[in-house]
Amino acid sequence: MDLLTQPVSVSHYLVVGAVLFVCGVVCMATKRNALGVLMGIELVLNGANLNFVAFGSRILRSDSLGMDGQLMALFVIVLAAAEAAVALAIALNFYNNHASIDVDHADDLKG
Amino acid sequence: MMLLAAIQWHTFFFLLFSLLTCGFALAVVFSSNVVRMAFFLTISLGAAAGLFFLAGAEFVGAMQFMIYVGGTLVLLIFGVMLTAHERFISMKTKAGEWVMAAFLGGGLFLLLVRATLMVPQWNAPNLQRDQVAQSEVHDSAAIGAAVSAYRADSLPSSSAPPAAAVPAGKSVYLLPFEIVSVHLLVVLIGAGYLARAKKRNPGNAWQA
Amino acid sequence: MAEFINSRLISTLLGWFNVDALPADHWLGFVLAGLVHTVLVIHVVAVGALVFIWMERKVSGRIQDRLGPTRVGGKFGWLQTLADGLKLITKEDITPANADALLFKLAPYVSFAASFAGYLALPFSDGWVGHQVNCGIFFIIAIVGMEVFGVILAGYASGSKWSLFGGMREAAQVVSYEVPMGMCVLIPVVICGSMDLITIGQMQAGFFTNWILFHDPFAFVVFWVYFTCATASVNRAPFDLAEAESELVAGFHTEYSGLRWSFFFMAEYGSMFLVSGLAAILFFGGWNGPIPIFGPEILNLAYTDAEIAAGTFRLGGYIANLAGCVNFIGKAVTGVTVMMWIRWTLPRLRIDQVMTTCLKYCVPLGAVCFVGVVGWQWAQLWSPNDLHPQQARISVRERGLIDRPVRTEGMARRAEVVKKAAWAGSVPVQAGETR
Repeated sequence: MDLLTQPVSVSHYLVVGAVLFVCGVVCMATKRNALGVLMGIELVLNGANLNFVAFGSRILRSDSLGMDGQLMALFVIVLAAAEAAVALAIALNFYNNHASIDVDHADDLKG
Repeated sequence: MMLLAAIQWHTFFFLLFSLLTCGFALAVVFSSNVVRMAFFLTISLGAAAGLFFLAGAEFVGAMQFMIYVGGTLVLLIFGVMLTAHERFISMKTKAGEWVMAAFLGGGLFLLLVRATLMVPQWNAPNLQRDQVAQSEVHDSAAIGAAVSAYRADSLPSSSAPPAAAVPAGKSVYLLPFEIVSVHLLVVLIGAGYLARAKKRNPGNAWQA
Repeated sequence: MAEFINSRLISTLLGWFNVDALPADHWLGFVLAGLVHTVLVIHVVAVGALVFIWMERKVSGRIQDRLGPTRVGGKFGWLQTLADGLKLITKEDITPANADALLFKLAPYVSFAASFAGYLALPFSDGWVGHQVNCGIFFIIAIVGMEVFGVILAGYASGSKWSLFGGMREAAQVVSYEVPMGMCVLIPVVICGSMDLITIGQMQAGFFTNWILFHDPFAFVVFWVYFTCATASVNRAPFDLAEAESELVAGFHTEYSGLRWSFFFMAEYGSMFLVSGLAAILFFGGWNGPIPIFGPEILNLAYTDAEIAAGTFRLGGYIANLAGCVNFIGKAVTGVTVMMWIRWTLPRLRIDQVMTTCLKYCVPLGAVCFVGVVGWQWAQLWSPNDLHPQQARISVRERGLIDRPVRTEGMARRAEVVKKAAWAGSVPVQAGETR
């Protein structure tokens, strides 16, 4: 219960961000479904976002990054939405052409 | 009662949300059913929005809900449902890949946590947390200002008027904002073009 | 509220037993205050559903020239929902063999939780809100969009093609309608200069001409667009394609029975009230009645700005707030009634017509109105809203920032910066500051 009586610092947030990042990387490495890989990317981006917000928070550190952290997080979210839209379009196109969503089947360019 | 009185409620909620975030992120990794993965991802990212709220970034938290959870993930689930045939719903990963991924992930995690703990300023909690002015953390107007004209967050602490609207070392995000908007527009058009329904063999349509 | 519970309520109770008073920031007060808020809000959803389901039956009955329920609970059948509820509880809870059991069981709770979470930031009267979120309206719109997850999961997890069709339609529909709805919601935000729902409500204080609906013709038009989009986004007829019983058996909830099914309905009625309440705050003055009986114009009972900042309690102010709450609930219930009226009047649209309504009518209308309102503000054209002086509006808008000494200083510095920037030509001074 000692854990609960300590105030939270930036590094607590960074560890959560690290967990999200690593989960995302492992997800990208192991999933065979193209959409599973996409979910891994979302996790990685969110881990990074958590770091930005933690560094920008006045609550966690009085000499923090300030508004820059939140603004970068906003840009990351917007770009993630754009990336997801394109990636999904590619995945659906791939599914239409190959009747499969398995990324291991995407080997047309292999000599 | 003594114990309850000593609890830091910020820490309590931080632990709650971080356990949800991390637990469901792990569930995404270890689940093999793609629809369940999408659902776990939703909860994980929703709990991450809770962490944003806790850090005082309410606008980012709401944006996470709106764009990530309500937009991107719905799109993803849409994609999952369009491609959810029996054989693609749960695809098993080979054991060798798991071992590789475990090494990669474990090494990366150790590296990141080591780097985090090495900086003493990051480990020191902010003991003057209660004295942070409400307007400095929960004010979404400051975000709009920082995108358009001036920075409200880095003003000098004396009451003398500052020299410039944008202090040295800080910038206003008008140009990146415009670039992102144009980028988004281009991406939307491109995605619509990529995903549009194509006619197969338009010449022989009558034969089908 | 936590301070009130600790320093008044509990301390009085403890005083009877000769125990020392608690400090104002003791945890017990926060937990009790949280519980009180939760229980109050859950009653809005639960009791609201109880009333609305009875009302829906009565309204549909009258529209179809029937009587509706008449037996249970006296002449008007007002206990009908209780009988319905008893029937639902005693029904068997079936999980189909093809279903993904975990997701199938979770889906109704996801839907209900999303609908319920929106009430966190919905103010029922001046200051009567679970948590005053600085970007409250953005938060609520985001949460309303989350409700779609329950429907999609239910559609997928049921393992039935009718359910899957329903879920897919819902996903496409809700994601599309979020775009025009966001545009419509932006217009009150642009007019008031704040995303805080309490601030938006306070700025419409005074006579009904101060309501944003009457700000200018564009704002008047945009309310109807908002109401259409809100009806679609809570999945009500004529946009209820996800459960179109004429084509899809019952859509996403085909396989549900008993209590789980009723959770979907609680969620639906909950979000109907939520979006109607949002309409009331954004366009109809929120808790401010058409004639400010309690305002400074007539009885002068409502709390003043200084009193709100200091957090004082006064019976007259409390009564004014209570009347405001009644006002607000009345407006929101009117919205729900109109939705019922529409449901039993219009036939259901086809899926392509639903998309056409969104993309070809609502989005362009919303965009034109947005530009129109911005132009109206920019040109400073006449508006009935101007009865409330612009300067007073600014002070209302910035009250959250200037009610403490440290904030006053920060605000003054900020205003200084804006003036400097304006002088340098990089930002125009707001209209109100020059007047």
